[in-house]
Amino acid sequence: MDTAIAAPKAKPASPPPSWAWLGTLPFFTFVFAFLLLPSLTIMAGAFRDRDGNFTLDNIAGLFQPLILESYRTSIELSVVTAVVGASLGALLAYAITWGGLSGRIRSGVITFSSVAANFGGIPLAFAFITLLGRTGALPVFLRNTFGIDLYAAGFSIYTVQGLILAYLYFQFPLMLLIMVPAFDGLKREWLEAAANLGGTTFDFWRYVGFPILLPSFLGAMVLLFGNAFGAYATAEALTGSKVDVVTRVISRQIRGDVLYNPGLSYALAFGMVVILAISIALYVWLQRMTARWLR
Amino acid sequence: MTGQRSLAIRLFAWAIFIICAAYLIVPLVTQFDYSLRARRGEIGFTAYANVLSIPEPDKVLQVQTSPFKINLNLPRFYSSLLFSCLMAVLTIIVSTAIVVPTAYWVHLRVPRLKPVVEFFTVLPFAIPGIVLTFGLLRTYSGPPFSLTNTELGTVALLVGGYTIAVLPYTYRSVDIGLRAIDIRTLTEAARSLGAGWPAIILQVILPNLRVAVLSAALLTFAIAIGEYTLANFLFPDERAFGSYMASVGNNKIFEPAALTIISFVLVWILVLLIQRVGRGTGQTQMTGMR
Repeated sequence: MDTAIAAPKAKPASPPPSWAWLGTLPFFTFVFAFLLLPSLTIMAGAFRDRDGNFTLDNIAGLFQPLILESYRTSIELSVVTAVVGASLGALLAYAITWGGLSGRIRSGVITFSSVAANFGGIPLAFAFITLLGRTGALPVFLRNTFGIDLYAAGFSIYTVQGLILAYLYFQFPLMLLIMVPAFDGLKREWLEAAANLGGTTFDFWRYVGFPILLPSFLGAMVLLFGNAFGAYATAEALTGSKVDVVTRVISRQIRGDVLYNPGLSYALAFGMVVILAISIALYVWLQRMTARWLR
Repeated sequence: MTGQRSLAIRLFAWAIFIICAAYLIVPLVTQFDYSLRARRGEIGFTAYANVLSIPEPDKVLQVQTSPFKINLNLPRFYSSLLFSCLMAVLTIIVSTAIVVPTAYWVHLRVPRLKPVVEFFTVLPFAIPGIVLTFGLLRTYSGPPFSLTNTELGTVALLVGGYTIAVLPYTYRSVDIGLRAIDIRTLTEAARSLGAGWPAIILQVILPNLRVAVLSAALLTFAIAIGEYTLANFLFPDERAFGSYMASVGNNKIFEPAALTIISFVLVWILVLLIQRVGRGTGQTQMTGMR
């Protein structure tokens, strides 16, 4: 080791068996205790019956209507807020980078978005109830001013629609924060080059900007999906028991309320991890594509 | 022609900006307005005063000798905020102690393990807060490791869970920081002066990473103080700030509005601090356990 330091140019031909990996042991022990072991407990529990024998009954139990419905609700909520949030966030990122808005607006938007992206959970739910609840500011305003009754028209904040509106509050700012560096990475010279070659601004975005941004756009959208899919506190505080998202079904299982079935609760948690793992595999793949594209 | 087009782009940009700004600001404005109306026919800060000064005797926590049960006869706003700050600080200490030496060691001595370590640091993205909570409870609430039976064990579980939840952010921050300094030369210099490994990490590496560690710490702090899921299940007595906010939401009318504004301001201050500290590294995106 000391010789390697003395002569950094000379690569050691075959290093002696090293014990250096032992230095990472505290990290791996910690990760094992607080991440892997709990995950393994869930996985093992998902495939075991009350007596500890292997079974697929718990997984099969996921396919009962109520539980499928909760997964469907969660996935719908996550897909809608990811797609809408990503589109809105990307448009806003475009507006503050290429749209000719002033630098002060740009930094204001970025700071406000950083706050909003981290402003999930309980206070967010409070704010949306005040704004859109049955006697909230907006429904009352619309009723008194335009005679439009949102709640009579079928709207309610205590539904999936309400959750979508509330989740968007942190989804599109998060998208903005991810996309601003990507838009900054597009060089203005490319636009000039496209113009010199006779292309229009639309051609530039169609053939240069859009293809370059697409992978990071899709990757970020996957991130937003996971962000909404795992959300619990906001749903709990906003809709309570009125909307069953998977995270709330799991929370009820932890509390041991209704139809308590330990095996099923493991399977529920396992199902969430599987769905997120698929979305993250997609994310990693898209990141690789981005890297290759930009090389 | 070009002028017209750039005008169209500017109008479009302004339209998007106004829509988004309204989406972000209107809920806060209506909430602020509502928070001022606790007294009928009057605009005032009564709701804030209630939150900040009136203790709730029904909810005052039992006096315990344990350092983690805080009872100074304060309104619950302060006692819960203190508890959550304490948990956040413990999380910062633990995650710095885990992440900095590991990232340093991996950079310096075992770059082979880099992808493996990185894999485990992003793994928490696949484990939502509620699933981590469920897994930790199922693993550690019964034999052979009954951590939840004791105060200290429960705190350890909470801090462990938080450390895992923020691992993607803390590791990334420290990893970027390490890339910016020449750790090999620093290490050689320190060793040639006779420093041992603890001295190298504490007196050489850590000071050089202060920006990375500080911004990671602020991120951790921001995520931990408002966290609800894990805190609420591990401490059902509603000791944490997140649980306190939820209980106010269930029991009060105007106070939740005041709390929304207060916690928004708290997050705002933390974000400004993070931006100030991490200027140039620009990492302010984070998503805690929602």
